[in-house]
Amino acid sequence: MIKIKAKDVDVFYGKKQALFNISLDIEENQVTALIGPSGCGKSTFLRCLNRMNDVIDICSVKGEILINDFNINDKSCDVVRLREKIGMVFQKPNPFPKTLYENVSYGPTIHGMAQSKQEMDEIVETSLKKAALWEEVKDRLHEPGTGLSGGQQQRLCIARAISVRPEVILMDEPCSALDPIATAQIEELIDELKKEHTIIIVTHSMAQAARVSQNTGFFHLGQLIEHGSTDKIFKNPDNTKTQDYITGRFG
Amino acid sequence: MNKNKEQLLNKRYKAEQRFRLYGQSAIFMALLFLTIFIFKIFSTGYSAFQKTWLIVPVTFDAELMMLEQNPSKEDIQDADYYDIALKSMADLDLNANEDQENELKRMVSYFFEKEIKNELLNDPSLIGKTKEVYLTASDDLDQVFKGNYPRDLPEDQRRVSDYQLKIFDQLVANGKVESKFNISFFTNADSREAELAGIASSFMGSIFSILVCLMIAFPVAVLAAIYLEEFAPKNRFTDFIEVNINNLAAVPSIVFGLLGLGVLLAIFQLPRSTPLVGGITLSLMTLPTIIIAARASLKAVPPSIREAALAMGASRMQTTMHHTVPLSMPGTLSGTIIGLAQALGETAPLILIGMVAFVNTIPGSPMDPAASLPVQIYIWAESAERGFVEKVSACIMVLLGFLITMNLFAQIIRHKFEKKWS
Repeated sequence: MIKIKAKDVDVFYGKKQALFNISLDIEENQVTALIGPSGCGKSTFLRCLNRMNDVIDICSVKGEILINDFNINDKSCDVVRLREKIGMVFQKPNPFPKTLYENVSYGPTIHGMAQSKQEMDEIVETSLKKAALWEEVKDRLHEPGTGLSGGQQQRLCIARAISVRPEVILMDEPCSALDPIATAQIEELIDELKKEHTIIIVTHSMAQAARVSQNTGFFHLGQLIEHGSTDKIFKNPDNTKTQDYITGRFG
Repeated sequence: MNKNKEQLLNKRYKAEQRFRLYGQSAIFMALLFLTIFIFKIFSTGYSAFQKTWLIVPVTFDAELMMLEQNPSKEDIQDADYYDIALKSMADLDLNANEDQENELKRMVSYFFEKEIKNELLNDPSLIGKTKEVYLTASDDLDQVFKGNYPRDLPEDQRRVSDYQLKIFDQLVANGKVESKFNISFFTNADSREAELAGIASSFMGSIFSILVCLMIAFPVAVLAAIYLEEFAPKNRFTDFIEVNINNLAAVPSIVFGLLGLGVLLAIFQLPRSTPLVGGITLSLMTLPTIIIAARASLKAVPPSIREAALAMGASRMQTTMHHTVPLSMPGTLSGTIIGLAQALGETAPLILIGMVAFVNTIPGSPMDPAASLPVQIYIWAESAERGFVEKVSACIMVLLGFLITMNLFAQIIRHKFEKKWS
């Protein structure tokens, strides 16, 4: 089933066009990887999906992005609602400089998802368990989140993102600041999370894309060159540029 | 080639050594000036914290005080003390003629009558008895006792007569002159008499001004900074505002004084010489400082924190209030304290709005006339009496202590509440 449908998306930074005519369907409960060389627009596209580009004054987005058949670029779309449904994990772990507990409970608090302290405790516990962090931190929930290691911080950010039970999770190079062991943990986690969430991950590592994703889109110079199942993109791409990038001839 | 390289390397090391030397000598110079400055102030000012008392036997003669038998508290309150006060001074030299009696009277402050009265109020059983009472020495004798007075000047060039010196020396020899910690310096308001003048009025005036300044400048500046930094669109108009805030920070303080004079006093008819007007004027001056500090510390909050909050579905307002503003508070607060410390040391605008007036009462609210510490320094520095010289330095010491405490506080806030983000 198709969860997100992007139709003819153009993005401009001022006068400079960053994305050209992107049309891409994203399957529900699967992992879609966006790959491509630096500056190709894959992160920009990802940020279109929860309208994080709104923050940048000079950025303008044209075209339709349908999530559950609802155009999020429509004026009637409420970004607060949208971002409740679409979580995001960033490249650099960015926990709030607050306690672990406060980090995870922040989303449910502002969206009024828990009626009592017990409910909130439960949400925090399940989120941390799903993020495979519970065992490591259950005794120090009230210590600052910034005191964790890089990999733990990133899993904390994932726990924070899933605490509001989003339908989609956007991940912007979530492992680029992490060591291989932490990366492996996160990749395992992604595999687990896709049962309940639709995941879109931007990555620089083709090996990672091949390991975690079912679908892949290849971006180059602001254009979506090719997209399809990961198997096909990696084994038998239609486009020679894709072929060159996959085999490491550029990028 | 190799030799050339060697030379080049040597040159680079030399350059670095020279640069270190320049830096060290700059720091040395700065420290030297500071030490001289502080030493000068302390060496002239420390004596102001001591006060000289003459111990004079006073006979509480009921007849001279016009007191009936078994007087009530009110009677003692209303009694006439001038005669016994005069008599006790005159009795210091039983052979004194009328002129000399006058001179004897002038060896203590004009407050002596009250000091004798307080003695009796504390212990009414003294009526009819004689007791040695501590009387504040006149400012000149105070200086004589502290060794700051040029005794070898010809008599007609100094305010203390040979006769007064003679009696004073006798008192010293008999152990009837004592130096004690000068409490009245902290509890008295200003006075024309150096021995009675204190900083209570100007200290309270400064505190009230600073409070008014804080209450106006802090909320306005923080709101302005938050709006400009987090909400305002970046366009020419906001650029224009930003440039003008920076300009405002560079405006000489006396201009703000003129503004206070022209607007607050002339148009709004606010009471002259009050900490209220002083505080408002100072708040105009402090406003840009706080805005700039608050904006800088808002800017220093990493954008990743904002993104994290926004991506969680927090509104812009929530992002700002839950995350950005709390994280920027340490910087904002220490900027505020530094702005206030600046305002505390400001003299020129306060002179213009009339806080330079002679105030001999201690203000109880920002609406009462008051001086402020720097203005007090200015007033005393202008006074001719020798006794004010040490007071000026002592007042500077108090002001410096105040400022250092504030800056220390700013540092503590910064260190204690600053959160570390990875």
